[in-house]
Amino acid sequence: MASLSEIIRGSQIWKSVFRHPLPVDRRNRIAVILTNFFLHLHPVSIRKQGIALSYTWCMGGVTFFLFLVETVTGVLLMFYYRPTLEWAYQDILALRDVTSMGVMRELHRWGAHGMVITVWLHMYRVFLTGSYKPPREFNWVVGVILLLLTLLLSFTGYLLPWDQLAIWAITVGSNMARATPILGHEGPGAQLLTVDGISMITNASDARFGLLGARFVGEETLNRFYVLHCVAIPLAASVLMAIHFWRIRKDGGISGPL
Amino acid sequence: MHGHNEAEFLKEVAGFLGVYYLALAAMNMTAALYVWKSGKALRIVKLGGTAATTAHLWLLLGLVFLLMAPLGFSGDAATMRLVSVPESFREIINVAMGPMVYTVGSVVGLVVLFVLRRFFVKPTVAWIGLNASLLLMGLSMTDPDFADIVRKADNVPIVGLIFMLGFFTWLGAYRAIENDDRAKRGLPPVEAEQREKVLVWPDLVYIELICMVFLTAFLLVWAIVLKAPLEEPASAVKTPNPSKAPWYFLGLQEMLVYYDPWMAGVVLPSLIIVGLAAIPYLDFNKKGNGYYTIDERKFAYVMFQFGFLLLWVTLIVMGTFLRGPNWNFFGPYETWDPHKVEALNNVDLSEFFWIRWLHMPRPKAPDGAGILRTLAMIVYRESPGIVLLVGYLAIVPHALVLGSRFFRDLFARMGFLRYMVLANLLLMMMLLPIKMICRWGFNLKYFVAIPEYMLNF
Ligand code: HEM
Repeated sequence: MASLSEIIRGSQIWKSVFRHPLPVDRRNRIAVILTNFFLHLHPVSIRKQGIALSYTWCMGGVTFFLFLVETVTGVLLMFYYRPTLEWAYQDILALRDVTSMGVMRELHRWGAHGMVITVWLHMYRVFLTGSYKPPREFNWVVGVILLLLTLLLSFTGYLLPWDQLAIWAITVGSNMARATPILGHEGPGAQLLTVDGISMITNASDARFGLLGARFVGEETLNRFYVLHCVAIPLAASVLMAIHFWRIRKDGGISGPL
Repeated sequence: MHGHNEAEFLKEVAGFLGVYYLALAAMNMTAALYVWKSGKALRIVKLGGTAATTAHLWLLLGLVFLLMAPLGFSGDAATMRLVSVPESFREIINVAMGPMVYTVGSVVGLVVLFVLRRFFVKPTVAWIGLNASLLLMGLSMTDPDFADIVRKADNVPIVGLIFMLGFFTWLGAYRAIENDDRAKRGLPPVEAEQREKVLVWPDLVYIELICMVFLTAFLLVWAIVLKAPLEEPASAVKTPNPSKAPWYFLGLQEMLVYYDPWMAGVVLPSLIIVGLAAIPYLDFNKKGNGYYTIDERKFAYVMFQFGFLLLWVTLIVMGTFLRGPNWNFFGPYETWDPHKVEALNNVDLSEFFWIRWLHMPRPKAPDGAGILRTLAMIVYRESPGIVLLVGYLAIVPHALVLGSRFFRDLFARMGFLRYMVLANLLLMMMLLPIKMICRWGFNLKYFVAIPEYMLNF
């Protein structure tokens, strides 16, 4: 068998993919990190404490892993799910009752809850080790935006099963936008935007309307949240994660005592 | 609420409880083995020639849990009573618990943990604490009301969150105290000793791989054991009671009790985000960068924990487990009765001031008065609250500077603008518990109530 693996590793195909021998010695262990697209996210070497589980709790990494799980399971769910009043609930029902060994929805939902929890724990760790202090201030800010996006991802996804739990949680959550100062029709100062005695801010033009695409949680909302959930927010989060990881390296790697 | 009768309910939880106690037994026996093998066992008492150590204690605990497992499995009412929280205790908790007791209790609890942190981070003490909370949780699971809320599929992660936060708070404090003790002896933090570099392949890549395999397995088991919830199809006319936002926003929903939606739903969440993002620019303390410590950054630590553990997490826990129909408060062992009535007779500060204290009607512009006059009268009517709020946000920061060395130092090092931003963010955070206490203590509704412009505060 050894010879078979040697043949494979000697072939032109293998060599065209991996540009160096197996990472068994120091030289090739460095090369593997430098030449592999996915691995080059990492530095070549790292301070011991930076990989100590008791230091980082690995929570940022777990958050990222859960994001990947959500992406994969989410794509599979999108194959089945149609975001319309007619089908949304039916498709979720079918995922439960018809699909054999259907755990994708479970993986996706529990992964989402897990991601909210791990992103909080990650922030908690970064705070406790004071890792937001110079030179990492800006990466903390990027993190805060990622935290917000994680919550919004989870919130927009909550609506998609289109059951009682979903629409009422989103109704409660989005009702608050009615009260946005000046821009919500029940918010303080909404009367200020009045032209010729006609209020510009009504329940059909205020912040909540913009969020829901309607005066109540309905088909327009389902469509809007679907697009936000499956396209807009994941894209924004991916870009920010790329920046987050890039900045970790540019800021001198995982923090440690000076 | 729960239509099933007692016997059926006990059968349902029996399987879970049996496995639960078996897991606790395994956990303690592993701990016993670990402290014994690693030589970390501490002597508790000396009995004749042999000493009883923590290894024996964990072994004993494990055996107790092992004995409890068959009782848990039995599913028989009389047997299950042996592994339940006593009825009288449940009654007492239900009656005694209210939003005030819960919140003030959480504050006191966290303060005690913080002040006596050197005691509580001792692994032995922490392990006993973990066992006690797991035991209480197990004993409570035979209560149908408790079990109904905790077993709700979407609430399971929150139970996990509570235990994980407990663990990580302990871990962070443990490492911080270790470093603080080293600092006293003039040693650098533990982290400084791990300065030497290792190659990412294999050291880090393998950790990542193992983490991924473990997590995938964990998620798969979770997904198979616990089905994702799916309720009735959406209906715009049937409002469920209670209607709850997703669990991570329940702290905000709880704030709706004390603030109008424009504050609870828009201004305060924005301030939370802005305030979080501002932390690196407000905390100018150079110490504690890249290692765990409490003593070197006590103020930052306490403020963060106040906002995160107390205001954010305990309010989520309250909103999830203790708020039922009509957002009424229910004890952990209480049935969610939609007909429970709570006397709500909240009074605005202006009413307190003009009517109750000065015995005169609230000032009001005469009908048909011009807009400026009307506005002026509204401001006059609400002046007590406005004065209080302006005083709170503008004068307290200055009073602190005059009254305390610590804040004078902060002010000198931060400059006026940065200091005021910091002080105002913290004061806005503190306003929530102040408002809660005013509500529970004096039924105070709003400090400033201007319904004419939907501006209530
Ligand atoms: C989707 C969300 C996020 C992902 C995937 C993510 C990922 C990561 C990863 C993989 C690391 C490497 C170290 C570690 O694992 O702890 C890291 C570090 C860091 N993260 Fe995040 N993060 C996220 C959100 C946040 C949030 C919410 C904050 C803060 C508010 C934050 C602030 C930081 C900072 C300052 C570092 C550098 C820490 C150090 O050098 O010790 N991140 N992040």
